[in-house]
Amino acid sequence: MFDFRIPLRDWVEAFVDFLQTYLGAFFDGFADVTETIIDALLAVLQGSPSIVVIVVLSLLAFWLAGWRTGLFALLGLFLVENIGLWTPFLQTLALVLTAQILIMIVGIPLGILSASSDTAEKIMRPILDFMQTMPAFVYLVPAVIFFGIGLVPGVVATLVFALPPLIRLVNLGIRQVPSDLVEAAEAFGSTGWQKLVKVQFPVALPTIMAGINQSIMLNLSMVVIAGMIGARGLGAEVLRGIQRINVGQGFEAGLAVVILAIVLDRITASFGKAGGPKTG
Amino acid sequence: MDRKPKIRTRNLSKVFGPRPERAFTFLKEGGSKLEAQEKLGLAVGVYDVSLDIYEGETFVLMGLSGSGKSTLLRLLNRLHEPTAGQIFIDDIELTALNKRELIEARRTKFMGMVFQQFAILPHRTVLENVEYGLEVQGVDKAQRREKALEATELVGLKGWEDSYPSQLSGGMQQRVGLARSLAVDADILLMDEAFSALDPLIRKEMQDELIELQSRMNKTIVFVTHDLDEALKLGDRIAIMKDAQVVQVGTAEEILTAPADDYVKAFVEGVDRTGVLTAGSIMQPVKETAHVRDGPRTILTKLRRSGLSGILVVDSERQVQGYLTSENLVEQLESARASQERLEMARVDEIVTVSEETPLQDLIAIASETSGPVPVVDDRQRLRGVVVKGSILAALAPTDTETDAASQEATSV
Ligand SMILES: Nc1ncnc2c1ncn2[C@@H]1O[C@H](COP(=O)(O)OP(=O)(O)OP(=O)(O)O)[C@@H](O)[C@H]1O
Ligand SMILES: [Mg+2]
Repeated sequence: MFDFRIPLRDWVEAFVDFLQTYLGAFFDGFADVTETIIDALLAVLQGSPSIVVIVVLSLLAFWLAGWRTGLFALLGLFLVENIGLWTPFLQTLALVLTAQILIMIVGIPLGILSASSDTAEKIMRPILDFMQTMPAFVYLVPAVIFFGIGLVPGVVATLVFALPPLIRLVNLGIRQVPSDLVEAAEAFGSTGWQKLVKVQFPVALPTIMAGINQSIMLNLSMVVIAGMIGARGLGAEVLRGIQRINVGQGFEAGLAVVILAIVLDRITASFGKAGGPKTG
Repeated sequence: MDRKPKIRTRNLSKVFGPRPERAFTFLKEGGSKLEAQEKLGLAVGVYDVSLDIYEGETFVLMGLSGSGKSTLLRLLNRLHEPTAGQIFIDDIELTALNKRELIEARRTKFMGMVFQQFAILPHRTVLENVEYGLEVQGVDKAQRREKALEATELVGLKGWEDSYPSQLSGGMQQRVGLARSLAVDADILLMDEAFSALDPLIRKEMQDELIELQSRMNKTIVFVTHDLDEALKLGDRIAIMKDAQVVQVGTAEEILTAPADDYVKAFVEGVDRTGVLTAGSIMQPVKETAHVRDGPRTILTKLRRSGLSGILVVDSERQVQGYLTSENLVEQLESARASQERLEMARVDEIVTVSEETPLQDLIAIASETSGPVPVVDDRQRLRGVVVKGSILAALAPTDTETDAASQEATSV
């Protein structure tokens, strides 16, 4: 149409350069923290005999989500161990958990912020739209630039990708708390913090839990993609299966992801229901 | 009643919308509330309200939907920030407090609030809900538990302390809301259509309960309702609101007998059947009478047997001679015993009688001056029946469908 081409590409690159130069130290610090969390988790998971980990995780699933999920976890984990995917499975689990911890640390306060201020919500909404609709692969490039290859950029890309639904649902949940409940809290002399902790957050809990559930599912789906930038784990196994056009290998690794997804889904979904009885 | 103002508002206004002050110049120049909405996009919730609400009274705010009742109520504890004007509670100017002081004032000085939709927390048990006010004040656990248990028992929810709201009926949930307000021992109770969501039977029960509680606690209650029946029953004084303003304040009788303007008239007209109804149409049969020649002991036995607190005394023609309350009778017996006299006959108090044709209008005035029932007699002064205060109120109170019709009438004025 025109000869002139808007140099969007160059701008983005310039921006990334800028970030790298001036926020490099921050990124390094962040990478260290993330690495520490992952390593600690892995040390615990890999340091114990696999049978112990299987039993403990199954009991946890049983306790949190009932005997069906418990039994499913037991059989599923046993299968994963049996087909030799135990180590990548643990790596993925550590990656998912670390990313999820960060997602919650960042997402819940941002959700609360956007619920408590219309301006904040207005600013955040387009950013969240952007983050959510951008193809997930696009995040991989800057993640690699800032954090090299390995687990950390995987966590970061996952963080960006899986954050929006949590922020949205925390925001929605808190805004949907019936206004007379909030008024009641105020009328009896609650401070802002008491109102949040004693009324808004607990009443919004089922919605917030749905947000955690959604973000954990997106988080998991990112795991496979993170395999492309050298994050060890099930994603890398799937990728290897694809590269070698080995259907069986790809399927096994994929199945392991599914098993993990189902167990995590059931557990987080059960939290939402545990949020106390609701009025009809 | 002690005539000390507990709550005072001065030129209190609340306008919703951007740059709300614009509404004032607009209204002063003669613009209407509706025009303010259309031209400026501003909703005038409350405009220029100055009220004195006295300590210990039940003050009812009444008016059609959208007249600003809830807004005014919410201004009183600054759930809504006033756009203009002042609020005083005792000697504190509420409107001058900063945020921290306001929270403190809400905690220490007043106020319980009861909401139409109950507004109790679904994730907390009954007891935890009742404790809420004390909890945010930082009262220690044992003490607040004790007070909460007390309040829970007071509203008749003993045994339900550990239930969740979803396990309770609407009436019980409303009691939880009431108990929550009572637990904090507030001087002031703000109630916004607190009983409107309840079905008629439970509603009446709650009204009676509130009256009973109030007789013991003597709080200052501000009660919002759009139901005249409820207003008449509960209110020591009633304020009628129209288009964001208070158009009349007065006792039930003042409002019914001397409506300030056509709006109030229309408002009470549908229910004000004082001109239509007569004593004959609302009287009840007489359960028991005493004869003038009955000795005091006989009368006492009759009183006890019938369970009445007083009795009409008639002669052989069934002509009414007077009225005797049980207290009066017991007094007479006691003073007779003290002075060693023999009491042959009880002294009977004079009483005003009415005919079957007496309009309700006049009955109200008469009933408000006498303590007992009003006897209805025929043209030869013979007793035909009695009118008790309850039936007067019941006659004034419309059924629900009639209220709606009345409201519609009032809107179109
Ligand atoms: N938060 C708000 N924002 C904008 N306008 C409001 C708000 N609250 C009330 N209003 C307006 O103020 C006016 C008075 O409303 P209010 O709720 O006080 O009426 P009400 O007398 O309590 O009516 P109802 O019997 O229906 O409860 C209405 O015109 C309403 O539209
Ligand atoms: Mg209202």
